Amino acid sequence: MDAIGTSSPARKLRRRRFGDNAGFVLLAVPLAVFVLFILYMFFYLFRNGLGVINWQFLTQAPTKGMTEGGIWPCIVGTVLVTFVSLVFSVPVGIFAAIYLSEYAPANFLTRAIRSAIRSLAGIPSIVYGLFGVALFVTGLKFGLSILSSGLTLGLMNLPWIIATAEEAINAIPGSFREGALALGATKWEAIRHNVLPYAFPGILTGVLLAVARTLGETAPILFTGVTYYTRTIPTSLTQKFMALPYHLFTLATQHDQISTVRPIAFGTALVLLVFVLAFDAVAFVIRLRVAGTNKWQV
Amino acid sequence: MRLRKVADRGVRGIFMANAVFSAVVLLGILAFLLLYGVRTFSGTSVLKFLSGTVWNPDAYGEPSYGLLPLLLGTLASTAIALIIAIPLGVASAVFISERLKGWVRVTVKTLVELFAGFPSVVLGFFGLVVLAPLIARIFHVPSGLNLLNAGVLLGLMSLPTIISVADDALRVVPHSYREAAYALGATPWTTAIRIVLPAARSGILAAIMLGFGRAVGETMVVLMVAGNAALMPKSLFDPVRTITSTIAIELGESAFGDTHFYSLFALGFVLFLLALATNLVAESLIRREKRSFTL
Repeated sequence: MDAIGTSSPARKLRRRRFGDNAGFVLLAVPLAVFVLFILYMFFYLFRNGLGVINWQFLTQAPTKGMTEGGIWPCIVGTVLVTFVSLVFSVPVGIFAAIYLSEYAPANFLTRAIRSAIRSLAGIPSIVYGLFGVALFVTGLKFGLSILSSGLTLGLMNLPWIIATAEEAINAIPGSFREGALALGATKWEAIRHNVLPYAFPGILTGVLLAVARTLGETAPILFTGVTYYTRTIPTSLTQKFMALPYHLFTLATQHDQISTVRPIAFGTALVLLVFVLAFDAVAFVIRLRVAGTNKWQV
Repeated sequence: MRLRKVADRGVRGIFMANAVFSAVVLLGILAFLLLYGVRTFSGTSVLKFLSGTVWNPDAYGEPSYGLLPLLLGTLASTAIALIIAIPLGVASAVFISERLKGWVRVTVKTLVELFAGFPSVVLGFFGLVVLAPLIARIFHVPSGLNLLNAGVLLGLMSLPTIISVADDALRVVPHSYREAAYALGATPWTTAIRIVLPAARSGILAAIMLGFGRAVGETMVVLMVAGNAALMPKSLFDPVRTITSTIAIELGESAFGDTHFYSLFALGFVLFLLALATNLVAESLIRREKRSFTL
């Protein structure tokens, strides 16, 4: 005869609870390994890159066949192409998103447009590079330039911006529009005054995330304007340029004194990473604050 | 009053034009890849391109444009990536969706998303300086720049995609499914594995497809760590050349307007089709899962 506490149903229950926890612990292991890997990689890159970075490194051009000096022209180039890409993709992307979320009727054409834009987001970046070569570099004769690279990057981040902007606009409740419409506003007036201001933080988050990813892209600029070395920083959009990701790539794999330039490669990697993380961080902070203040999203 | 109505119509037109333009970009890319890609076949035949086992456009006398070694390089590295990323990604997604709440969930998801936007050239650099020596040491091979290295890094790169999409898929499973299982005496573990996971299977499959797409299309990582020999790979430790890295290596070497130059657009067309098919299937799977929960 079992005592009550150790009766067989109770024991079975305990065993099941144990099995339950063990199962979830097993599932947590891969996630923990992945998270630890990410943290280790950040730690590793910071530890190796931090010692290289100083004022000279950030503000000087590379010298002596890139074995000395800094990465200033790469910073300028990366900022410029990213800026050009945004000048193109932010207005086009936001306008397209407004159409899709506010105006587009539920029909075949709309479905086709949505599907095409979603597909664009899955096209490999090197294919954008090919397209950039065909259209901007040779077709429109922009040559190897900041303009060609910037527009290629702009086409690439366009679908990302549309997706996040559409989501941000869709999150605004219909009652916001209806209030304005009931007072006699036209549809555009309702959107302009009662939707866009509230969707703005969400749209901004999407743009910042797009900036972060654009900064680190290499494949689309590879043949549309980035170059190994320029003596001066670019003064017009028709010039070739140096860029942080491509600089890292050449220092890591193409340079003839790879071990000599390894510290500079680490420094370049860290600067690029800090740029990317900074934009990501601001985007995440804005998103958290939006989630905290938008009471209508309860 | 009239003016306001005209303005209203006008902005609608502007917005629509931008949306249509964005969609047309896809057709533009397709058009250029086709236009330039088909010119390859003035220098070689379609059959030779699709079935050739040698890619050597620089060969003296008779250059060969065989897709197979490159396609195999892409598929082999992607296969390794998926072998790693599917179990890890799905397990992580189940844990995140069924067990994590509040700030822990937000932190983990943020970190995963951060890694999704990690510059691939930096990951490639990490593979070069950390993973390659490690592989060479563990397996006693002369070089760690090989199929295995590329596969592992591509697996890591596709993990965030698989985790996010699978987590979304699990979260759209209605709560009533879980409650019904609990009411019948199922434990949370049984519920997660036997009820929620099967209910989300279309979405999970979509996550895997999108992870595949991410790995197939990645350029910089494979360019830096795969070793880049355009040979048919025979072992995990052989260097491989993918479709993406071939375009990246050779577009700068080829002269504008010759067969070699156009053949790279033909390769781009193959990538485009792979990516497009993957995306369309994933999209319809996600739609199917959502539809299955609405009565």
